[in-house]
Amino acid sequence: MKIDRRSFLAFGVGGAVGTAITPLPWKLMDDSSIWSQNWPWTPVPLDGAINYQPSVCTLCKGGCGINVRKIDDRPVKIEGLKANPINKGGICLLGLSGLQLLYGEDNRVKSPLKRVGKRGSGKFKKISWQQAITEMVEKLGAIRLKAQSHTLACISETELGTTASLIGRFMTAFGSKNYIRTPSFLDSLEAAILKTTGTSAAQVAFDFENSDYILSFGSGLLEGWGSPVRMFMANSALEDKKGTLAQAEPRLSNTAAKADKWLPVNPGTEADLAFSMCAVIIQKALYNTNFTAAATGLEGFKSFVTANYAPEKIAKSTGIKAEVITRIATSFAKAKNPVAVCGKGSGDTPGSLKESLAIVCLNALVGNINKKGGLWLTSEPDYIKWPEFINDDASTAGLQKNRIDSAQSGKYKDTRFLLNNFADAVLDDYEYPVNALMVYRANPMYTMPDSEKVKKAFEKIPFVMSFSSYMDETALYSDLILPDHVFLERYEDIPFASGYTKPYIGLARPVVDPLFDTMNTGDVIIQIAKRISNSIAGAFPWKDYETCLKETLGSMWAQLESQGFMTDQSYTPPSTVNFTFPDKIADAPAIEGDRGKYLLTLVPVDSIRINCGYIANPPFATKTVDDTVLFENDILVEINPATAKSLGLRDRKKAVLETPKGKASVRVFITDGIMPGVVGMPKGLGHFGYDSYIADKGVNVNALIGSLEDPETGLDAAWGIRAKLSPA
Amino acid sequence: MSDSDEKNGQSGIITLFFILGFIGSLLLGWIIFPELLYSKKEQPVAFNHALHNEEVANGCESCHFFREDGTFSGVPKLAQCVECHEEPIGVSEAELTFVTDYVAKGREVPWLIYSKQPDMVFFSHAAHVKMGKQDCVTCHGHIGESTSLKPYEENRFTGVSRDIWGGNIAGISMDSWDSMKMSDCDKCHKELTGRQTSVQTQRDACFVCHK
Repeated sequence: MKIDRRSFLAFGVGGAVGTAITPLPWKLMDDSSIWSQNWPWTPVPLDGAINYQPSVCTLCKGGCGINVRKIDDRPVKIEGLKANPINKGGICLLGLSGLQLLYGEDNRVKSPLKRVGKRGSGKFKKISWQQAITEMVEKLGAIRLKAQSHTLACISETELGTTASLIGRFMTAFGSKNYIRTPSFLDSLEAAILKTTGTSAAQVAFDFENSDYILSFGSGLLEGWGSPVRMFMANSALEDKKGTLAQAEPRLSNTAAKADKWLPVNPGTEADLAFSMCAVIIQKALYNTNFTAAATGLEGFKSFVTANYAPEKIAKSTGIKAEVITRIATSFAKAKNPVAVCGKGSGDTPGSLKESLAIVCLNALVGNINKKGGLWLTSEPDYIKWPEFINDDASTAGLQKNRIDSAQSGKYKDTRFLLNNFADAVLDDYEYPVNALMVYRANPMYTMPDSEKVKKAFEKIPFVMSFSSYMDETALYSDLILPDHVFLERYEDIPFASGYTKPYIGLARPVVDPLFDTMNTGDVIIQIAKRISNSIAGAFPWKDYETCLKETLGSMWAQLESQGFMTDQSYTPPSTVNFTFPDKIADAPAIEGDRGKYLLTLVPVDSIRINCGYIANPPFATKTVDDTVLFENDILVEINPATAKSLGLRDRKKAVLETPKGKASVRVFITDGIMPGVVGMPKGLGHFGYDSYIADKGVNVNALIGSLEDPETGLDAAWGIRAKLSPA
Repeated sequence: MSDSDEKNGQSGIITLFFILGFIGSLLLGWIIFPELLYSKKEQPVAFNHALHNEEVANGCESCHFFREDGTFSGVPKLAQCVECHEEPIGVSEAELTFVTDYVAKGREVPWLIYSKQPDMVFFSHAAHVKMGKQDCVTCHGHIGESTSLKPYEENRFTGVSRDIWGGNIAGISMDSWDSMKMSDCDKCHKELTGRQTSVQTQRDACFVCHK
């Protein structure tokens, strides 16, 4: 009798038989099916009460109303607010993806940070708000002590609204005129309106909803121009009422594809085309005599356009046949409520005064300025009425100095902001150096043309601070980051919706408690102001930003708080306009690059799927981008089959794109949707800040294009650059 | 010792080992396994359902109510408790813990929910209580009459409450509230509809509960 292998086998068999009549195998089988259907690493959304909070989206200048769906206190979806007159319940891709800009914690600046490594190395140390504000006070205080108040500059996306106005007020109280707003097509239109009507700082709007003929000169009406959701709705309404959309653009954009007429105009000749249409309208006497009779200068304008822009004369340069120009101009003039519009792509570059003037004149000829369905001149909202304050000697001395960007004085006295001059001014020590720069809701390191030059300028500024909520390119190059709340965490008045005709104020408000250790920039400014000097503190009598905002909005607060916006839908602009037609117009500067060396023309391409503003495209939105735009991490540039053939380039294959500003590795997408000789490059890609879901995807087109000074306004008139493309 | 004696001895050993294995596995399966499978956790605050039920006007629905949009609120939030318990009521230790640790700090009580189904199950209280006129006891038993909360037992493997499978490890349930498995749904649906079929066997029926 001995214990052997068979004994253990018997033990095993006994155990197996016994186990079979216990719950163990059956229960474990059930549990494994539950486990495998509920992987423990898969996040499960928490249950709770569904509730909605209305607010306003501030991710672009559209001013759309949003309704944030929440489960208990947690925002889970951003929807359009039905009651809002701008987007009427609609929402764009960027707005829909907005929650990633709240929760994407690797992109957020989670507390005040002080740089410890080299600029751009991304090495920061966490500091407290107390330390951060003390740091600011010491740096700025030292500048004032040296009587160099004027050497403080600020770059911001807007000058409107309470927060921006607080920063503006701080700059004035500090003693600097260098508050610089980022540019848009409205700057150039503002200059054109000033030239033709004498109205300064006019807010130009377009009454698309009531128009039956929209003539667009390269405006990406469906590519993010103006208030994007409003534009989609206006386009649908135009289709419903059998109106016409004519799109003059060198590329078959979504807008061109949806248009009734597509005029594949040579890039950069849009203004010539518009003036040529003016010539046709004048020649055929199709202009609105009521309007022109009240206007002055028609005769001079008539001789100017007929002499220089007769259709036959410009057909070759624009690439549009004379009869087509005549036909479009005629149908435009004969429409009941026609409107012409400019602002290339999403409208974030000003363009030349020549182009804006051409569009304004075209609208004037058909008599639609301040008329139903036309171009409206509205004014900036004026609810911010704060008490005057007294500047001390240091501030007064600082305010005597000219602006660093050359705006508001001398040659460009009528232009309010000239960010395109900033980098040169810093590098060339124009009059004085910039000793400190504050950046609020802007990402100049990414959005400004000629990134290399901007980087050099930033390197020369001894102290750069950013209020960015995100670790964007500018934040990466800052010495101090004082992160603002994101749009879903803060109060903010939005007194403006790009291109919208009616008076409108939206109130963005906190729909969630701040997720990280961030602070409303309004509060930061008030706190800094109170500590720098008594005279600056005197300009900021408010306890905090919320008190300031409530006092500023006064009786409007209650309605804004409950509804999320206020508007006057019955508003109509003054019917009389003192219009003067110009009799000569300076030519727009030619784009940069030697035609002999650079055979092609590079133009940036805007898309509703890629946000190209100061906020990077959220990953959800980038997911929707076609692989003809972004393939893995490679950007694709569009070229015509003829261009491809002449250069020996093959579809989707790698190539090297070179411009006078730089070189980039790209792939080519061969399409008939772009004219020969033109290279279309998507905008909004190529970030190097942010996290790995956003960064290193494609190339930033701004790095390859420089800016060009418009001879009359000084604004950036560049729309492209000469380029060459060769197989990799 | 003869060969046959040796053989008998050997088969005795084999039988003994068989029986040892058999009994060992029975002990393992019926006694040790259930002990190992579940971890026991006490609720964060001692709670007396019976006491609260006497104080409220609308029975279970006073605290476990349907929201305006028809969704079921489930376990009450702190805000509801605070309506009465902003200051301690009485001097019991549990009351003081509750007010000091949760009410005063504004912290939600992390209640452990005995009847929480795993995430792949969709269940609508409105369909069962409002439309099907089921009472709470049918599924949840007489918890509303309990004076204390039993320990929460969590399946170490799946993280699901033991009450879903039921207290009996063999899965035998005597009352309708003893377990909350799919077979229990099935049983009730068959009985109440009078058909020898249930919603689960109809076309696309899986997706009624497993979205």
